Parts: sequence; C-alpha cells; structure tokens
Amino acid sequence: MSLAWELLKRETALSWGRGGGPLVSAGFYLGVATLLPLAAGPEPARLAAVAPGVAWVTLALATLLGLDRLFERDYEDGALDLLTLSPLPLEFVCALKCLGQWLATGLPLALAAPITEIALGGSPTLAPLVLVSALVGGLAFAFASGIGAALSLGARRGGLLTAVIVLPLFTPPVIFGGGALDAFASGLPWSAGFVLLCAYAAAAIALGPLAMAAACRNALS
Amino acid sequence: MMSALEIKELAISRGGRPLFQGLNLNLSAGQACALTGRNGSGKTSLLRAIAGLLSADTGEIGFGEQDPDQARRTEIHLVGHADGLKSGQTARDELAFWTRWSGGNLSSLDSAIDRLDIRRLLDLEVRRLSAGQKRRLALARLLAAPRTLWLLDEPLSPLDSVWRTRFGEMMSDHLGSGGMIVAAIHDPLPIPAQVLEINP
Amino acid sequence: MAFSRWAAPLFGGLAVLLAITGLWLGFTAPEDYQQGDTVRIMFIHVPAAWLSMFAYICLGIASFLSLVFRHALADAAAKSAAPLGAGFTALALVTGSLWGRPMWGTWWVWDARLTSVLVLFLFYLAYMALRSALDDETKAARACAILALVGLVNLPVVHWSVNWWNSLHQGVTVFAKGGPKMAPVFLVPLLLMVLAYMAAFGALWLVRIRGEVWRRRADAALSRLART
Repeated sequence: MSLAWELLKRETALSWGRGGGPLVSAGFYLGVATLLPLAAGPEPARLAAVAPGVAWVTLALATLLGLDRLFERDYEDGALDLLTLSPLPLEFVCALKCLGQWLATGLPLALAAPITEIALGGSPTLAPLVLVSALVGGLAFAFASGIGAALSLGARRGGLLTAVIVLPLFTPPVIFGGGALDAFASGLPWSAGFVLLCAYAAAAIALGPLAMAAACRNALS
Repeated sequence: MMSALEIKELAISRGGRPLFQGLNLNLSAGQACALTGRNGSGKTSLLRAIAGLLSADTGEIGFGEQDPDQARRTEIHLVGHADGLKSGQTARDELAFWTRWSGGNLSSLDSAIDRLDIRRLLDLEVRRLSAGQKRRLALARLLAAPRTLWLLDEPLSPLDSVWRTRFGEMMSDHLGSGGMIVAAIHDPLPIPAQVLEINP
Repeated sequence: MAFSRWAAPLFGGLAVLLAITGLWLGFTAPEDYQQGDTVRIMFIHVPAAWLSMFAYICLGIASFLSLVFRHALADAAAKSAAPLGAGFTALALVTGSLWGRPMWGTWWVWDARLTSVLVLFLFYLAYMALRSALDDETKAARACAILALVGLVNLPVVHWSVNWWNSLHQGVTVFAKGGPKMAPVFLVPLLLMVLAYMAAFGALWLVRIRGEVWRRRADAALSRLART
C-alpha cells in the first residue's frame, strides 16, 4: 500500500511543520514542568509525589496543541476533498493522519516525559514505565483528539471547542496510565493499569477513525 | 474505465434552501459540459455532488456500468477554487504527492510539468507562487494522473489569455482520448461543449 | 406534535403531584442513624443523577435515530434534551457536593459516580458548544449526533475506569443509597421523586421539542422570505 506510506510520510512531515510542531509542544511541556514547582512550592517530597501524574496529564494537554494541523488546514485549502477521491477509505486516511501527528509530536513528547518526571524529582526507576506509557497513551490521546478535531471542522473557536469535546475522551487513558504509574511508584502491581491503557489505545485506534471519517464527510457536505 | 456520466432528476439543497430540481445531464466519452448560472446557483454543489462529497435530495448520478463508489475513488479529478496545495511545502513535493495520490507516476508528471511550464517553479515554496502559477500547479495533476472525468470549478479564472488557450488545448486532448469534462465557468469554454444552465 | 399539547401539561401536573408526595414522605421519614438529617438531600440528589443519565440515554437514542433515519424531529429531540440533561447533571453535582460536605469534610470526592456525572456534565457542555459553534444547522445536527454516540460509548468506560481507580486506592463508593437494601421508608419517597423528575423531564422535553420545531418552521419561513 504505497499510497498509505506516501500519505503517512506527508502527514508526519506536515505535522512536524518545519521545526514548529514538536518544538511548540516541547516548549509547552517544559513550561508546565517549570511552572509546577513554582506553584506547588519546591518541596521535593510533594513534587516527587505528583511528578508522574503531572508528566502524564501534560502529555494529554500537549496533544491538543497543533491539532489544527490535523484536519482544519486540509479542510480549508481543499486537500480534504482530494483525500476522499482515492482508493484508500477515508477511515484509513484519518487513521494515517493521526498516526502522522503522533509520530511528529506524540513521539518526541513521549521521549520528553521521563526526563520531565525525573526533573520534577520522581524516581528514576519509574522512567521506563513513564516512557512506554507515554508512547501508548500518546497514541490514545492522538486518536481521541482526532475525533474532536474532525467534529469541530468549520466551527468558530475550533481549538477551544475541540478541547471541550476531547476531555471526556481523555479521562479513561489518564486514569489508567496515571493509575499504573501511581501503583508502580507505590510498589503495587501496575500491569493492570498498563494493560487497560493499551486496550483503550487499541479501541481508540480501531473506532476513532470511524467517527473521524463520518465527521469529515459531514463537514465536506 | 468510466464510459458515461448520467444524471437523472437531480435536486440539491444547501442549508435547507433548495438550489435546483429536476436536473438531467448525459455525457459520454469525449464530451464536455459547461455549467452556467448565477453565483450561488449551485454549480459548485453539482460538481461536489458528482464527486460524492455532497448528497442530493433526490435523483441519481450514475457512471455507466461502473460502481459509483469505485468511479469516484479512481476516475475523477476535482479542481476546486482551493488548490489543495500546502503553502509551506515546495511545489515539487506537493506535485509529487498529489500525482501519486491520484494514481499517476513521475514520468507522466515530468511531461505535465513541461506542458504547463512550471519546471522553474518546482523548488519554490507554494506560498511564493502567484495565483496563476498555483493554478497551473493544480492543473498539472490532471495531466500527470490519467482519470476519465474532470470536474472543474472556474478552472480558467486565475489564468491569463495565453494559458487559457493552452489549457483549452489540453482539454481538447483529454476529450480526444475518451475523457469527459464538466466545468463550471462564467466565460465560454474554449472547447465544444453542451451548455447546462443551472437555475432554481 | 399535537399530542404534546395535552401530554406536556399532564406530565407537568403529574410531576408536581409526585414531587409533593415524595418530598413530604421524605421529610417526615425518620432520620438515618448514620447521616442524620443530611440524608434527605438524597431525595433531590439521587433522582437528579438518575435523570442526568436518563436524559443522556434519550439524547443518545434520538441522535442515533437522527443519524440513521435523518429525521428532523429526532434531531430536534436530541437538541432539546441537552440543556435539560445539563441542568439535571449540575443539580446532581451541586447536591452531591452539599451532601458530601458534612460527611467527609470536603466539597468533592473522586467517587466513581460523581466523577462520571462530572464527565457527563462536560459532555453536555461539549454537545451544546458544538451545536452553537457550527453555523450550518444540518451539519451541526450530524456532528452532534456523532458526538453523542461517541460519548455514549465513552461514558461507561469512564465510569468503569474511575471505579477501577477507586478499587486501587480502597476508595469508598461514597453514596450509600438507592437499592433494594434501602429501608422502605426511604425507598418509597425516593422512587416517587425519581418518577416526579422523570415526569418533569417529560413535560419540559416535550415543550422544548415543540418550541424547537416551531423555531425551525419560523426559520424556514424567514429564509423563503429572504429569497423572494
């Protein structure tokens, strides 16, 4: 399916956006990590306790940045029309777009997550789990936010609207991932949370594109 | 291979407002149709309905014996007001992607580039191009990837008279090789065509 | 829609009757040995929580019908249900918070049900926001229907996930209420209040749907006027 590969390459390159994309998300990420000690007071014990959770939630929020690149630009410049006129089903096109977005922004953020977690005073033993959870969670967040982005096509104040739509969809992966990290940090069995996170990500990848394609068709009509 | 375009008793409304009813059109290979009508009369909507982006209230759109879904995916080129070109990318990258996406290959793209005289523009970013140059870039896709039905929405407007004539030749060639064209246009098409006026 | 002319006031009257009976029975019932008088908030809170879910299910069904059959009435029903659902949800959240405060000393607890209700509230807000953000009404209707179905799938997952999280932390399922284990002296007024709320929802929903249908007709007439 070389068409799919071409689209994936293009979407990743566009999301990368000439250096803008991941830098903005990384900047946001670092900004929050810096602000948190300022707000919570630099007391190490308190920071260390919330570090994994903060790293995790910030990952979710950072996914919301740059969402306008996902569908809105293609919708406005007519590219979305052309993307439907191809042998690839629109559902698959939407999935590839989300995957490209994840490769360009979610992946770098996932790499930054364990660093942030350690910088905030979290335990280094937690870092591998943070990394893997951030990778899987990033996928879940990418596909869930894709649904929001597709539904708000053509809307005014689309960015804010997308965030409001997407927050309920972010809740389960935040809970599962946060639960797994929390359990690991407390020495409790963490695998259940991680497995649930993977299950949610799988469901988001399988079902999200259906909603996205329906929303895109609606917006184009 | 699409052999015909058959539209029967088509009615379309947008935003609850009916645009037209009872529209009929029959095109076979080598024929063209020019859509005329006031602004907002539904020319763009008709083109989008043929492309499957819009659904009609009543009526049918058929593509000869070919399955409509298959036809829309592989046999239609749509050139709308917007070009689908990303401003930050180079012309070369955009053209390469859209050619492959539409089923063309790089050698047919090469001859299309020469025909539309855009070779010297290839390394520029799309945002540096003028409206006419961007339109030629979009039209290159038509020549680079062979698809039977061309749906064109005001294709000539950003082009100067030289290029209008040249594109007219390209349209003739397309019809000559068995293609079909439906174009929404204010001025007369530079090729022989049925004229379909859209009014309520 | 003509049946709403008599149905709505009927439901409304029923709602008032049931509410008066329910509240009277609820407030004359003996105090709960653990929670004292504050348990009486249950008669406002639990039906509100129940109705917020019920309204959501109604919205979901209406959205499904709107997507599949493209019937404008189904869409009007979905659109009308949303603010009502949001209202019940807000009521449930506020009363839940008021109920929890005397018992646990905090205004909020991450109980599975309360958290699900909060997420449900967010969903209603998102639904109404999406409706108003899209200018084209047909597109807004479809987009909202898709959102409703996505939310319908998501909400049980949210509830389940919070439950799971609470089980990790030995969190208590906060509100010991609603169930056959409850003493009849509490159960009866509770059921009456639930029915009262449902009747109220029915009445308000019918009125809103009728209003929406008339608004669309007026809108269409104005559009026709503009074109001539």
